[in-house]
Amino acid sequence: MKSGSNLEKKLNSGKFAVTAELGPPRNCDMSVVEEKAKILKGYADAVNITDCQTAIVRMSSITSAVALMKQGLEPVIQMTCRDRNRIAIQSEILGAAGLGVRNMLCLTGDHQKFGDHPEAKGVWDLDSIQLIAVVKKMRDEHLLSSGYDMEKPVQMFIGAAENPFADPFECRAARLEKKVEAGVDFIQTQIVYNIEKFEKWMEEVRKRGLHERAYITVGVTPLKSIGMARYMKSNVPGLDVPDSYIERLSKAKEDGKDLKQEGIQVAIDIIDRVRKIPGVKGIHIMAIEWEEAVPEIVKGAGLK
Amino acid sequence: MIIGEKKPLDEILEMISEYKKVLIAGCGTCVTISYAGGEKEAAELASAIKMADKKAGVKREIRELTPLRQCEVEYVREMEDQVKWSDVVLSLACGVGVQTMADQFSGKRVLPGVNTMMLGSHGADRVFKEYCGACGDCILDETGGICPIVRCSKSMLNGPCGGSSNGKCEVSPEIECGWQLIYDKLKELKKAEEWDVNRPPKDWRSSWHGGPRIVNKESGKRKAESEERE
Repeated sequence: MKSGSNLEKKLNSGKFAVTAELGPPRNCDMSVVEEKAKILKGYADAVNITDCQTAIVRMSSITSAVALMKQGLEPVIQMTCRDRNRIAIQSEILGAAGLGVRNMLCLTGDHQKFGDHPEAKGVWDLDSIQLIAVVKKMRDEHLLSSGYDMEKPVQMFIGAAENPFADPFECRAARLEKKVEAGVDFIQTQIVYNIEKFEKWMEEVRKRGLHERAYITVGVTPLKSIGMARYMKSNVPGLDVPDSYIERLSKAKEDGKDLKQEGIQVAIDIIDRVRKIPGVKGIHIMAIEWEEAVPEIVKGAGLK
Repeated sequence: MIIGEKKPLDEILEMISEYKKVLIAGCGTCVTISYAGGEKEAAELASAIKMADKKAGVKREIRELTPLRQCEVEYVREMEDQVKWSDVVLSLACGVGVQTMADQFSGKRVLPGVNTMMLGSHGADRVFKEYCGACGDCILDETGGICPIVRCSKSMLNGPCGGSSNGKCEVSPEIECGWQLIYDKLKELKKAEEWDVNRPPKDWRSSWHGGPRIVNKESGKRKAESEERE
């Protein structure tokens, strides 16, 4: 065991893992984190806490993780390279590990231009691949990036994201290989809607044997509305939303169906399909500002 | 070269509002090529200020002068008489020229008439693109001759990130993804395997992050490194 986290145990056992995502509030109201944690409790092996996603200032990931652990949930802290240099990043990792955090997702981060402070200075001292290597060294060699011997390892299960839909497509599995080489333990993919394209990526992942060197879990997001589907299709770089989903939701609307239920069903259908793909070891549910959808998805997919 | 952009006239008028003898100093090199501060732009700015002054009933004398380079002391010294005549210099050089001029003439205020944008070159006619971040430790040999430090919006050494789409950067559809360019170039050079290398974190001491840099050709030392070497 590298970290001793539940998530690591679950994935090591060969059982299909479920992680979910929790977005902290845009203020200091800890009860928001606590309420969201209550909704997710019992439905995920571990819960990601985003790190100022889309560069919007929110309560910090590690602080929220403490609230989550108090409620008996296991956090996966997210850490981007946008807002901190290697000094701050390592300091945060030491703090998180000291507080008992055992999972971490290493991200380069969305550019600050997307957020609420587009005038901010980006840091970008490291990138995600370098960050993975930094954490691995802290864990396996108890060394800081500088070479300083901490004499005590940081127990951390190291995750990263990878986007099978970004360009150039042909280098996407190869980029995953770079993360594996750097020492990643598990992957949470970008949200998958285009299953055919995802299958092609997984084929290349298997060809390179990467599914045997890191656990691949698939990002799934329920569609809350037709507008959300359209927005994601045209405004989120690197996200591939086929028209068939927009048509499905439009038809559901015409038929007078509950659109939110249909959106949840879309997520369940995606899970049913991706979990049959060889090499897929779990799912990561990102119900954006819709944590209530997670229990329904997990139950609907027969994962609980 | 250094690419400049003209400052807005209103900002310049505000800057020079208390001065009655203004020397507009163009620069004959980089900012001439980037249409920001050459002889032509100096003349245009002088006319624009005169027109604005006339309209506002302001009495002010304007002279213009464009040396070959404001970043070289010998050319700047040649301007001495005109500088002495003026009560302020409005420099249309890059920030280097503005400061070289100020260093040479103590007691004389030198104002910037241009925004210094970047180290770049022509991307297309009248379009300039950023090419170099002057990081002090060039790795163009490793990246197909394309600089990831400034041509990737996140200065990634192991790109492209997940925001690369159709060759464009997530920051803007007008920005090319630097890592797509690197990937394509390495393939074109039949060196695609060079992309596979995991690059470690960069040592930023050679860049400005090591403190303001001094390159001493006499001693062969850089300021940022000298303390460690000694």
